[in-house]
Amino acid sequence: MSVPKDAGWKDVPKAGRILEPGSAAKYETGGWRTYRPVHIPENCINCLFCWIYCPDQAILVEDGKFKGIDYAYCKGCGICATECPGKRGNKALKMILDEEA
Amino acid sequence: MATLKELSNKEILISSGHRACAGCGFPIIIKQALLAAENPVVVACATGCMEVCTTIYPYTAWKVPFIHNAFENSASTLSGVEAAYKSLSRQGKLDKKIDFIAFGGDGGTYDIGFQALSGAMERGHNMLYICYDNQAYMNTGIQRSSATPRGANTTTSPAGTESYGKKQYRKDLSAVMVAHEIPYVAQASPSNWNDLVTKVKKALAVEGPAFMNIIQPCVLGWKYPSDQSIELAKLAVDTCFWPLYEVEEGEYKLTYRPKEKKPVEDWLKRQGRFRHLFKPENAEILKEIQEDIDTRWARLLAKCGEEA
Amino acid sequence: MSIRVGKTGNEAVAEAMRQINPDVVAAYPITPQTEIVQIFSSFVANGKVDTEFVTVESEHSAMSATVGAASAGARSMTATSANGLAFMWEIVYIAAGMRLPIVMPVVNRALSGPLNIHCDHSDTMGARDSGWIQLFSENAQEAYDNAVQAPRIAENPDVKLPVMVTMDGFIISHAMEVMEILEDEKVREFIGKYVPENPLLDVDNPVTLGPVDLQDWNFEHKRQQAEAMRNAKPVILDVASEYAKLTGRKYGLFEEYKLDDADIAIVVLGSTAGTAKVAVNALRAKGVRAGMLKMRVFRPFPAEEIADALKHVKAVAVMDRSDSFNAVGGPVFVDVRSALYDVDNGPKIVNYIYGIGGRDVTPDHVKTVYADLAKIAETGQVENPLTYLGIRE
Ligand SMILES: Cc1ncc(C[n+]2csc(CCOP(=O)(O)OP(=O)(O)O)c2C)c(N)n1
Ligand code: SF4
Ligand code: SF4
Ligand code: SF4
Ligand SMILES: [Mg+2]
Repeated sequence: MSVPKDAGWKDVPKAGRILEPGSAAKYETGGWRTYRPVHIPENCINCLFCWIYCPDQAILVEDGKFKGIDYAYCKGCGICATECPGKRGNKALKMILDEEA
Repeated sequence: MATLKELSNKEILISSGHRACAGCGFPIIIKQALLAAENPVVVACATGCMEVCTTIYPYTAWKVPFIHNAFENSASTLSGVEAAYKSLSRQGKLDKKIDFIAFGGDGGTYDIGFQALSGAMERGHNMLYICYDNQAYMNTGIQRSSATPRGANTTTSPAGTESYGKKQYRKDLSAVMVAHEIPYVAQASPSNWNDLVTKVKKALAVEGPAFMNIIQPCVLGWKYPSDQSIELAKLAVDTCFWPLYEVEEGEYKLTYRPKEKKPVEDWLKRQGRFRHLFKPENAEILKEIQEDIDTRWARLLAKCGEEA
Repeated sequence: MSIRVGKTGNEAVAEAMRQINPDVVAAYPITPQTEIVQIFSSFVANGKVDTEFVTVESEHSAMSATVGAASAGARSMTATSANGLAFMWEIVYIAAGMRLPIVMPVVNRALSGPLNIHCDHSDTMGARDSGWIQLFSENAQEAYDNAVQAPRIAENPDVKLPVMVTMDGFIISHAMEVMEILEDEKVREFIGKYVPENPLLDVDNPVTLGPVDLQDWNFEHKRQQAEAMRNAKPVILDVASEYAKLTGRKYGLFEEYKLDDADIAIVVLGSTAGTAKVAVNALRAKGVRAGMLKMRVFRPFPAEEIADALKHVKAVAVMDRSDSFNAVGGPVFVDVRSALYDVDNGPKIVNYIYGIGGRDVTPDHVKTVYADLAKIAETGQVENPLTYLGIRE
């Protein structure tokens, strides 16, 4: 169950217990970003390093393949781009200024 | 050995939307550790950056049952949870295999929670304690801990005209945990995800207590650009500042040997907290830090039965 | 049918713990509580309980593990005294804040320093605002009865607060007494099956317990806690009346001893009540209208009820077995006086601090208090608002 922002003390679970697992997903951290990663599919080898290293679960994977970037949460740290091996030295993720996206 | 393809079919048990700094290392550790679990997991966590960033009411990033009690007691809190599990299972009130993981920062583990950890390990609870070691009290603003490396500039070991930063070498907590003669002790790094996942699997599989010490790069406290967390974790391993090894029933095993042991300067110079060490007057300190690593590495190789 | 036995306070409480049969006990020895831990260990060793006993390395870990066990969904207990309680401090507050129905016998002993192992109430009194319900006992019988009632109070859905059951160190804990205990099945039936709230071990419904609770929510959660303490009062009385049906022994928020028509009265907690009764009887024999109010429930503090019980009395002495060092008086005094503030033409009220560090208190000591009260009642003048009783000047 989620807790309305203006709920009174009688209407919320005891002791600050949070009964909704993973509810932090309601808090979007994409606004923290200065740079954003962009994907270059032709360079992608689907190694999934970006997925295992992204601290924010912003790399989406489907059927073992890179699927996309969840900009609602991506904080723009750049780890994915730095760790991306890409194809023959050409990275499949690069960072660009968010406002230029 | 799992592949990333296989792992990517599993649910990630920590959500987006937590408030850790961009590029912080600990969410990566949580993700990898929980991906390793085969059974449902119950987590306890000490006060510190991990707890504070992941459970800001009314939001939680955890998709597993989670308890935070206080700063120094994640081991004793989880020993109570595990005792409840044993009791209820024995009474037939619960019929499910559950794994137990306690997380604590270096402050909550090496320092203030040391006694609780030692007690829990000695009692033999069936649980894994993971120290996410970012080498200082980050949550309160980068104060030194006994895990802080020698020479590091922290807010309570500042570098200044009369100081080169922290005077003492870090406490070798992994060795202290080995001395507890528990079934499993290991050091890991999120850069070496496969090694980390494998070790967590082993640690959860053993009967009795297990301890893992996992290095965690901290963007704010180590002072480096946020994209370099994994590179710095890897460099800590490749300079042998943070060797990857495990001790199973007292048997040491090196689980990764760098092809080429890099000079520790390669790691130090990329972090703002060590910048002052590169002034000429601190050359001797740098040398001593290298010598200390060399000595410890040689000792570890001998224990692991590896050639020097 | 009850069973008559000879037991010390520690044995009686350990017996209650055996009958409660908690899922988890985590405890650490400290005089004068040690025997409880030892006796309970032997119950575990001999298969008399289903309990998982966690032999923690400190009281801090005792309370931490108890909080963990209670959060996991286990009926959980610990026990301690004095420095042990002080060492738990941080987690004592957390247990209440997390709304965990933990039951903890506390065998009262003086807090250090200097070191002293004998009875006073400084340990429990220091924890009076920690959010725990506090039940005081006059003797081993009451300690047993309070211990058996405690889980019912703690676990009530409108309460969900931890409970301390206290008894005076050595004076009760180590003194043999003939008392009645219930049959095991009666106790089990009385306390009922434990139904935990939001247990961690319900892995299909993952909960996050003990999060960061900032300015936008912490006040609401603390307000809930205050309400739970208010709710505890009627629950304590309901549980007591059910217990009376089972045992014939009646408990309230406090006991009034010859208070109805009293001109002078003392307020007292713990074993001194027994001593005071002797003094009251002696005075009554001489025609002095002396009475006594023995507090059982110190938290939640029964302010209205106490005011009502004392409003007709001319002079009241509050006996504190701990000092608050604040120069106004001991903790019981401060609360009782505050409770009487709104009573028009209420009693004169004075404070006696006594029995510190196990200093003996005799009926003669208590008689001097009544003599002082008689004078105050007569003159309407208070000369000494605070007296250290039994001190060498
Ligand atoms: C008993 C107690 N003392 C001090 C604190 C303040 N405090 C909270 S977190 C923290 C430091 C945590 O350091 P560490 O365990 O290394 O975790 P990190 O924040 O670095 O992840 C301190 C000193 C506290 N919460 N409780
Ligand atoms: S790290 Fe680069 S190459 Fe590998 S999956 Fe991600 S985008 Fe593709
Ligand atoms: S920039 Fe950082 S947060 Fe964004 S997708 Fe890459 S690794 Fe994740
Ligand atoms: S201060 Fe360091 S450990 Fe804390 S959230 Fe930021 S990067 Fe992570
Ligand atoms: Mg730290």
